[in-house]
Amino acid sequence: MTAWLENPVFGVTATLAAYYAASALYRRWKTPLLNPVLLSIAVLILFLKAVGIDYETYHRGGQVISFFLGPAVVALGVPLYRQWEAVKAQGWSIAASMTAGCLVGIISAAATALLLGASLPSAASLAPKSVTTPMAMGVSEALGGIPSLTAALVIAAGVFGAVAGPAFLRLLGVRSPTAFGLALGAAAHGIGTARALEEGPLPGASSGLALSLNGLATALTAPFLFRFLVFLTQRWGG
Amino acid sequence: MIQACFRLFGLLWVGESLVRFLNLPIPGSIVGMVLLTGRLRLGIVRVEEVTPAADPLLDNLAFLFVPPGVGLMLHFDVLRNEWPAVTAAFVLSSLAVLAAVGLLHQALEKRGSTP
Repeated sequence: MTAWLENPVFGVTATLAAYYAASALYRRWKTPLLNPVLLSIAVLILFLKAVGIDYETYHRGGQVISFFLGPAVVALGVPLYRQWEAVKAQGWSIAASMTAGCLVGIISAAATALLLGASLPSAASLAPKSVTTPMAMGVSEALGGIPSLTAALVIAAGVFGAVAGPAFLRLLGVRSPTAFGLALGAAAHGIGTARALEEGPLPGASSGLALSLNGLATALTAPFLFRFLVFLTQRWGG
Repeated sequence: MIQACFRLFGLLWVGESLVRFLNLPIPGSIVGMVLLTGRLRLGIVRVEEVTPAADPLLDNLAFLFVPPGVGLMLHFDVLRNEWPAVTAAFVLSSLAVLAAVGLLHQALEKRGSTP
């Protein structure tokens, strides 16, 4: 491609431009459907496809941005520290709801996919979709999935959870700020946590905690659970 | 700012190294987050020493997920054949997790607060 695309500054600039425009629209209309992450991803994909730029060219700049996910996840220790007393007081109910969330997440994703006729690698790529990207990719590989497909599905689940999650939780009557944050972090990892931080410090801290606990629980249980589910669906399937 | 960046990157590096050495099934950043919480709790690090870098990162956390999200475009051919099953699976499963965690935690919390 031409020289103006070949340095990483292109990917960084394109991402900043898309996100800047998307957040302006979001601030203007405040509807969850204009979620800036969702909108910028859609706009960037359409733009790259339309102009004929491949992902690798874009990613030279893109990886400079996603590199900062590492220190950002470390920084989640700050809200967790600030809300420590509130979180500690609910230790047992957090353990119980996180165990439930992890099991429900793996079983419902893999079972739905398998029953609707998705291939085994796709189902394996879906099973860890609720946990943060690096963890999900490791789990996916262990299950025989496609790690890069998992990375994409993780983002899709995260965006969906951040867009639909808050309204869905209110519809269900979930008022507790801790329950709200835990649910968003367990279902939509870092993107859900970014959304929960907008709601306040306690939902934000709970969400960051849920992101790490659900990741840990999923890494430990998914390999066993997934094999069991495949065995069950194959028996039923004939 | 420099001190705050050093604290975050230092713990990230320690986390990544621990994961590598001990073969842990979790990312180094999560280990770093646990280490940071612990050091703040123990008073080894004061919160003002990390907020100059932590606050801007957390305020813009969602932005950092855009480039990996654009990676979706690499998988359009897999998704072309299987998108109904895949979409149904992640939508239903995300809603199931939200409901399970939100409702169960809220119920347990209420039980705990009424003696």
